[in-house]
Amino acid sequence: MTTTSLPVASTGATPPGEAPRPDRRRRLTPRAIVLNVALLVGLVASFGPLLWMLVSSVKPEGEIRQFPPTLLPEQWTTANYTELFASLDFPRFFLNSVVVALAVTVGAVLFSAMVGYALAKIDFPGRRLLFALVMATLMVPGMVTFVPLFVLVANLDLINTYAALILPFLAAPFGVFLMRQFMLDVPDELLDAARVDGAGEFRTFFRIVLPQAKPALATLGILTFLGSWNNFLWPLVAVQSADMYTLPVALALYSTGQNTVQYGLLVAGATVIVLPILVVFLFLQRHIVQGVATTGIK
Amino acid sequence: MAATVETRPPGLRAARGRAPENARRRRRGLAAWGFALPFTLLFAVFMLVPVASSLYMAFTDMRGADLKTPFAVNFVGLDNFAAALTDPKFLQAAGNTLYFVGVAMPLTLAIALLLAALLNSGLVWFRSVFRVGFYAPVVTSIVAVAVVWRFLLQPDFGLVNSLLGVIGVEGPRWLTDPTWAMPALIVMATWRNVGFSMVILLAGLQGIPRDLYEASALDGAGAVRTFRSVTVPLLRPTLLFCAVITGIGYLQFFEEPFVMTQGGPLGATNSVAYEIFNQFGFGNYGLSAAMSYILFVAIVILSFLQFRLLRPKS
Repeated sequence: MTTTSLPVASTGATPPGEAPRPDRRRRLTPRAIVLNVALLVGLVASFGPLLWMLVSSVKPEGEIRQFPPTLLPEQWTTANYTELFASLDFPRFFLNSVVVALAVTVGAVLFSAMVGYALAKIDFPGRRLLFALVMATLMVPGMVTFVPLFVLVANLDLINTYAALILPFLAAPFGVFLMRQFMLDVPDELLDAARVDGAGEFRTFFRIVLPQAKPALATLGILTFLGSWNNFLWPLVAVQSADMYTLPVALALYSTGQNTVQYGLLVAGATVIVLPILVVFLFLQRHIVQGVATTGIK
Repeated sequence: MAATVETRPPGLRAARGRAPENARRRRRGLAAWGFALPFTLLFAVFMLVPVASSLYMAFTDMRGADLKTPFAVNFVGLDNFAAALTDPKFLQAAGNTLYFVGVAMPLTLAIALLLAALLNSGLVWFRSVFRVGFYAPVVTSIVAVAVVWRFLLQPDFGLVNSLLGVIGVEGPRWLTDPTWAMPALIVMATWRNVGFSMVILLAGLQGIPRDLYEASALDGAGAVRTFRSVTVPLLRPTLLFCAVITGIGYLQFFEEPFVMTQGGPLGATNSVAYEIFNQFGFGNYGLSAAMSYILFVAIVILSFLQFRLLRPKS
């Protein structure tokens, strides 16, 4: 936020962490009231469906269908979650999602940072070609490559493996682009100083460059994790046995299969996917929103 | 190296300086490739090979049975493209996709811009609360929220129709009505994606120098006039970015019909992406690859048009 560097005025009613604008005091003008009420209606529309999901997941089937919906369950139940985790194989799907998302995040961020650094700071043969190829594939969507990717992965005998779910996402052109842009701003003097001190290229990278790049690493890490956790098309294609399903694949197949009218069960399944991300988002929201905004502006 | 030294005896000192310099350059080049190697290998195998082979597959009659012998297939020229472009189901899916993008993208951008402008107006009391609330749907899994929306849109006791009933409107049978199924998906997609563009536009708005607004106020321009002649022109690059990203995503919409309608009713929500997936499922790999290429060309064309339309006017 551009306002955070301004001196904090002594208005008591500021929300935590949000710097007030010194030039415009919070006033109860009719215009401000109308505007805030309108935004509040928008907020209900925006967050309402998620709230409905959270609350419905701990209601019995009949109460979910009541109107008006109760804000708190009249009758709390954990039956939906019990069925999800005891009768269905959701612990396994959850584990699969966590393993894949963590591996993709760590791998893609590290590899992107490494190649981004080389592209930004070292003049090496093939550099321009590599960067041109990365830029050319930046816009190629998964929808265009999933069929040949499936044929390739099938011929490598990787169908139904973690490798199939992880490896294709470790080469992320967007991550490389983001990292290169960030590494360009790392001062050359810093790197020269490290080299004068006798540090090798790899030492320089891990001791000097990576710590400098923490904000960019965090942004890319969060975006990569989100993308992997919510990814649907490729896991749907690359995995055919149920024990390798990720959460979105499992939920989509259950919701279109024989469980299609079990509201409580499916809403609990949706909550299992959304809630962990939502909690992380609420804690890191400033970071995430700013990261998205700055990558967009750049 | 030795040859260089011998042919230039007088410059011995300079040459000695150059030799370690060259060695260092070579060492740095090697190190650079060390850094680039893990990415480059994976990138070549899992990106360049599929991109190249999708072009190859689009011109062959490859089917599921050829999975393990992908080179033992026949070239069929443009047959797959011709088959796709004369297939009524594909054409309907293409029409549906244009409908979806054509309505959902302007709607998403308009609401995002409105919200960003309101949040930036200085009259809002709890800006960060609103920002978080509007952005929250962006981080959710489409599959998960599609399941939730399917229940919200349930015609008899779903929340949406119940609320409409309160104001005396009898809501349609959303997802099973060929007329209303697509608008329902558009509303849901807009709901989920508005926050992304809003956040970026808000950052763009905050980058506009305040004195421009002061100058505009001094000139006696009203709020609407200022918005049109100061805000929008300066926001063009940001709007362009949001339009391109949103458009690319919407052109590939897939999860929503997969979970909510299975492309129905009567194919009314079948999308190009969903049709590609279905043809893949039927084992028509060549046809499916050709359809992917058509979609990719559409993405390139849309992005190009947006660049033409929204590029900064100088």
